[in-house]
Amino acid sequence: MGKAIQIHIERCLACKSCELACAVAHSSSGDLYTVIRSGENPGHRITVEAYGRNAVPVNCNHCVEPACVLACPTGAVHRERPGEPVIVDQERCIGCHMCVMACPFGVITVRSDGKGVLKCDLCIERLAEGKMPACVEACPTGALEFVDEEEANRSKRQRVAERMVAAQEAEQ
Amino acid sequence: MAKQLTFADKASRAMVDRAAEEHIDIVWDRYEAMQPQCGFGKLGICCRNCSMGPCRIDPFGDGPKLGVCGADADTIAARNLVRMIAGGAAAHSDHGRDIAHTLLMTCTEEDPDYQVRDPEKLKALAAVYGIKTDGRDIKEIGADVARAALKEFGQQEGSLRIATMAPADRQKVWVEQGIFPRAIDREIVEIMHRTHIGVDTEYRNIIKQGLRACLGDGWGGSLVATELSDVLFRTPNPIRAQANLGVLQKDNVNLVVHGHEPTLSDMIAVVSQKEELIEKAKEKGADGITIAGICCTANEILMRRGIPVAGSFLQQELSILTGAVDLMVVDVQCLMPGLAQVAGHYHSKLITTSPKAKMPGVQHIEFHEDHAVQIATEILEAAIDNFPNRNGHKPFIPKDTEGLIAGFSSESVFRFLGGKYRATYRPLNDGVMAGRLRGAAGVVGCSNPNVEYEEGHIRMVKELIKNDTLVVTTGCNAITCAKHGLLQPESAFKYAGEGLQEICRAVGIPPVLHLGSCVDNSRILVTLANVVAEGGLGTDISQLPVAGAAPEWMSEKAVSIGFYFVASGVFTVIGHPLPVMGSPNLHKYLTEDIESEVGGKWAFILDPVEAAHAMLRHIDKKRKELKLKPMMYKQAFEPEK
Repeated sequence: MGKAIQIHIERCLACKSCELACAVAHSSSGDLYTVIRSGENPGHRITVEAYGRNAVPVNCNHCVEPACVLACPTGAVHRERPGEPVIVDQERCIGCHMCVMACPFGVITVRSDGKGVLKCDLCIERLAEGKMPACVEACPTGALEFVDEEEANRSKRQRVAERMVAAQEAEQ
Repeated sequence: MAKQLTFADKASRAMVDRAAEEHIDIVWDRYEAMQPQCGFGKLGICCRNCSMGPCRIDPFGDGPKLGVCGADADTIAARNLVRMIAGGAAAHSDHGRDIAHTLLMTCTEEDPDYQVRDPEKLKALAAVYGIKTDGRDIKEIGADVARAALKEFGQQEGSLRIATMAPADRQKVWVEQGIFPRAIDREIVEIMHRTHIGVDTEYRNIIKQGLRACLGDGWGGSLVATELSDVLFRTPNPIRAQANLGVLQKDNVNLVVHGHEPTLSDMIAVVSQKEELIEKAKEKGADGITIAGICCTANEILMRRGIPVAGSFLQQELSILTGAVDLMVVDVQCLMPGLAQVAGHYHSKLITTSPKAKMPGVQHIEFHEDHAVQIATEILEAAIDNFPNRNGHKPFIPKDTEGLIAGFSSESVFRFLGGKYRATYRPLNDGVMAGRLRGAAGVVGCSNPNVEYEEGHIRMVKELIKNDTLVVTTGCNAITCAKHGLLQPESAFKYAGEGLQEICRAVGIPPVLHLGSCVDNSRILVTLANVVAEGGLGTDISQLPVAGAAPEWMSEKAVSIGFYFVASGVFTVIGHPLPVMGSPNLHKYLTEDIESEVGGKWAFILDPVEAAHAMLRHIDKKRKELKLKPMMYKQAFEPEK
């Protein structure tokens, strides 16, 4: 995989467009107005958390050794192949909420109807169509970015290098 | 990938491609960059009316159901919606106020630049206001009418006199519902009061004030704008003209007027005929001067002078991209700030003229009606002086134009149908009663990049006329219909049903009648009132087999217009919904329950053909209620029984 959603909290303005887009993307129609009219509640898998005056979008990190997968007694929470997103097979879910308790980030939530859980699937269906995850696409400020981890690291190292060079030049 | 238009006229498609080649961002690019747009705003459940907020209601019910003050989705969506009505009604009405001031100035000053050009219409209006006309000087009458009209904006007692032009039964509905407008400005002010934190929170009561304000627009401010413009600039009569970007001439000085008011644009049209200016243009190397219009100021001078239309709202930037516009002069409303950026890539000069509408970095030549000729001349000279700055850059003007007939009005339709000496709506009413015409539809409104440009307008209009429904049009829909050839009598034989064809052939009209600018939607109201008065089709507008639509709506004015049609008893369809979907109660009220109160209601249907069918079903229902004869000819769309 190598690609992940990176969060720039300094850019988040708490519009919650990511939450709304997540819900619509995971609805049966995929259309905002239809979802509202039909009364469907697809739920959102990303949450904009308020902390002091900051707004922080929090979602699943698709851990390499996921506590949720280890906790699930039926294999409902699983990963198809290494490097792919951790997803939930609703058919196999018995609603024990072990994954909800196990997740250290609090990003697996119980559905509003109590049946099963909500968990980020990294929009695998959208990715297969060559699209971005819905939350990333919806973010108007670029607070959410879908990036290759190594590329993201390289650009971070570049910024560090830039600062070090600037510091060195200032000393001379 | 750059935007490509798939439905619009050829000229627009070519210009959008050109924008991409030149790497110039225009409205469609900015729209793409803005995607996805905020769902809370679309649903109408974001409130910024006080600073305890901003507040958002969670449409799925997991998060907050109430704002900080306790307002729910119904209250918030209703408050936001009526503020849109306030914006739209204010824009139309302020336009009307300016025209009334111009009439007053014309009638009270010595040697004014304008004249009363339609004294008959002035006298008819005087009768509405109860002003004596016998033996009086026309300027005296004009001054009294202007003062009476101006008084209705701010009066503190009574109700709108001009709204009595509506059928008596319609007025009765307004009185019973408590929505008869008292004064034009007052209803707008009251919207702002009621939507302040902690005032009106009952959503139906909030909408009620919206209805009262929009009636003060349609049967008030807009009606004043139309009627007094006719007095000053003549009531339009059918006239032939050309539309689309191809009306720009590569060897002429091209001056494009854009915006909404007729005062400056009409004067520019007059002054552009002056020999000395044409001579000056020739001295600068041009063959002559071409005036062309964009948006509704174009419709104003098209209707009265046959001045060609360069394009509709979404073509304003495209016109500059031709590189052939030496000057674009704008007044008010629907002016994209993006114009300044696009003009920056070309020699084109952009000039603002209204103290109400300036743009950063753009030259401002303030227009004052008492120096109209002088200012119009100054602007024309600036255009001529800018012609040599093309510096041999070859303009790129698409050659596409389309012929059209514009200039219909509630009066000229009258004369057309009954003849000059026996003007009457009888043939129209008879046509509907005999089943030759199924009914009539007003298809109006803006263009919006959120749908495929022009597809909604054209497919809807074609579906309606195919089913023997006469279409009246204004604003940007009218310009779109013109560009697609629907405003020509011949188009009846191509697209209209048999019954409508017979009417068009007998009377010599196109199946789609251009009634003017968006402020002139008041002409549609007056026409409906005249049809009721003619008799045989009930006693109120809500009984008529008619419907309205704005498939590509965009502005707050469109919201006010839609609401005044609903409040006048007309079933009104728009494409993308009003921003109320976050409140299922308000949505149900507007699309269902409101009908039992005012006789009209809204529908939100994105597919234009499906929307046309909903209009036809409504028309059929009204025909049935009036016990009209079955249709004379087989209809393409027959709803399932």
